[in-house]
Amino acid sequence: MTAETFIRIDKHPEKNGMTRRELLKSATALSAAFVVGPGFLAASNAAWATEVEALKPETFATLVQMARDIYPHDHVGDEFYVNAVKGYDTKEAAPDIEQGIRLLNAAARLKQYDNYLSIGWERDRVKVLETLQSTPFFQRIRGGLVTGLYNQKALWPLFGYEGESFSQGGYLDRGFNDINWL
Amino acid sequence: MAAPFELNDNNVVVIIGTGAGGGVLANELAQQGVSVVALEAGGRYLPQDYVNDEWESFGQLAWTDPRTTSGDWRVAKDFAGLPAWIVKAVGGSTTHWAGASLRFQAHEWKSATHYGEVEGANLLDWPIDAAEMAPWYEKAEEKLRVTRTGGREGLPGCNNYLVFEKGAKALGYEEVSTGRMAINSEPNDDRLACRQTGFCFQGCKWGAKWSSAYTDIPRGEATGNLEVRDRAQAARILHGDDGKVTGVEYFDQDGNLQMQQARVVCVAGNSYESPRLLLNSASSMFPDGLANSSGQVGRNYMRHMTASVYGIFDKPVKMWRGTTMAGIIQDEARHDPSRGFVGGYEMETLALGLPFMAAFLNPGAWGREFTTALDSYENMAGMWIVGEDMPQETNRITLSDSVKDQFGLPVVDVHFSDHPNDIAMRNHAYQQGSAIYDAVGATRTLPTPPYPSTHNLGTNRMSENPGDGVVNQWGRAHDILNLYVSDGSQFTSGAAENPTLTIVALAMRQADHIVGELASKNL
Repeated sequence: MTAETFIRIDKHPEKNGMTRRELLKSATALSAAFVVGPGFLAASNAAWATEVEALKPETFATLVQMARDIYPHDHVGDEFYVNAVKGYDTKEAAPDIEQGIRLLNAAARLKQYDNYLSIGWERDRVKVLETLQSTPFFQRIRGGLVTGLYNQKALWPLFGYEGESFSQGGYLDRGFNDINWL
Repeated sequence: MAAPFELNDNNVVVIIGTGAGGGVLANELAQQGVSVVALEAGGRYLPQDYVNDEWESFGQLAWTDPRTTSGDWRVAKDFAGLPAWIVKAVGGSTTHWAGASLRFQAHEWKSATHYGEVEGANLLDWPIDAAEMAPWYEKAEEKLRVTRTGGREGLPGCNNYLVFEKGAKALGYEEVSTGRMAINSEPNDDRLACRQTGFCFQGCKWGAKWSSAYTDIPRGEATGNLEVRDRAQAARILHGDDGKVTGVEYFDQDGNLQMQQARVVCVAGNSYESPRLLLNSASSMFPDGLANSSGQVGRNYMRHMTASVYGIFDKPVKMWRGTTMAGIIQDEARHDPSRGFVGGYEMETLALGLPFMAAFLNPGAWGREFTTALDSYENMAGMWIVGEDMPQETNRITLSDSVKDQFGLPVVDVHFSDHPNDIAMRNHAYQQGSAIYDAVGATRTLPTPPYPSTHNLGTNRMSENPGDGVVNQWGRAHDILNLYVSDGSQFTSGAAENPTLTIVALAMRQADHIVGELASKNL
């Protein structure tokens, strides 16, 4: 698989006027994980869309894939990974992130791939990530994900975690000892 | 109600820190008519303020001022700026503790005698023993309303406990129960009963768990003899030409340097801040820091041999439902060198929420080995292992020569490396912990490395001989008549047990001693 099957990077200025809806529509025609348009990204199934302001769209798309490859959960949708790295889409953070993703793509090219997103199997992407895992860029992204990904309250139910229970009087009358398979 | 004392009132006892040591000492002295000013670096939070969200609570309560780390312990790599997870608030780490309230075993007061020569370990007998401490333990258990003591019922077992108990019994362990906990199983002492809510580490919103923040502190204040100044960071203890301490300089809540005069000073800032304060108080008369003629201030830092084991099952456990530390296995706590190490360890259930599990399960790890474990979060059971670690002179707290806090005071560097005995004990515990879960049908077990330290001990240790330690059998500095240490830093050995009950018992005993010394004009 190539980058094009996962994303469409639109570099044509005449498409800049395309509305989100149009792009979403074109996106649904693809089996891609998400589509990159000028200034924003959207899931191919239109489950989520986000605008990018400081980062190049393809940089952000790569960052999202990198996030999933670092902490892959197949039952967790892209929107959680997008939320987890959205904070890097700022004027302040962008130069370092662009530089980091250039590094990542260079590491992919060293292994004979076009770029990181063009690598079809997670296992092969992980091999590329492993060459970078001691770099400050990788550690920054990984470290940020620990809270950026797992501290999203909306994600907790996907893992069964119920969060606070004080507002419901704790579990004393709500199954603190309800295990039934021992 | 606060009793405002003048800064130049040189009749007060100044206590630095308001946790298990300082908070209890402050109240016990106030109850007996002694005037006390307690300086607390943190703010004041009560049950209605606690937040049942792991990271938000961490931001509210944890001591996150800078610290540096060195040594071969993994915490220095994974949490280089956060060697300890302790609380900066009125009530100190009694806000955050899980409530396990265990007495030392008799031999643990005399580790040098019982363990013999252990290469590289700076073992020393305490100048006190089990018989001396028994009545104080009883008073401490009564103060904390510890379950399974004084006729109080144990807590019921939650899911995490029931898995743990079944595995323990399958292995033939006999000392298995929901433990002695400073968590009410019935309403008692103006505290509610446990509602099995979880989040014990984030401060108990029911007040079912004992904390000095809402017991000893307000009760001491109600006497009119205790004034707690919060957001007051102690900077330096001052002394006179006679070598006796005369007062404490501190930064008040507005960042202004103040000086409170004192008749007696008691240091109870936990095992990092207490030696830090003594070292930062160096003077021409005491160039190596106060109370440091032995050179032992800051040394023999102990943090307990800790580890965790999580087991993953093919069905749900929901370990977060209920008391965080919900039960204990004590069979391995004995001293039995045939296992390949001296001392012993306790196994205690532990549950973390998903956010902390992600942070602490295997810090720095990534990829599917890590994430598939988290995918089974709902089916996990967990335990924490706490064992006696060896005091080593080279494990120590020193002042950083480069990093300073917001007041310009040098922060501590925490240097720690495991002793071979610690490693042997941890490996044994990993094996036993995994076997417990395997016995209940675990499909996977996860031997989890130590977290940032919650039990910080030994850096101003108690000794009979002034050359071997910092304080005597009363926690009184060998070098300075009116200077005391009142927290876990006075521990000569770490023992296998969670330290809070012992800190409280020592504080109650010290209060009794100080009242006597004041009455007989020795102070």
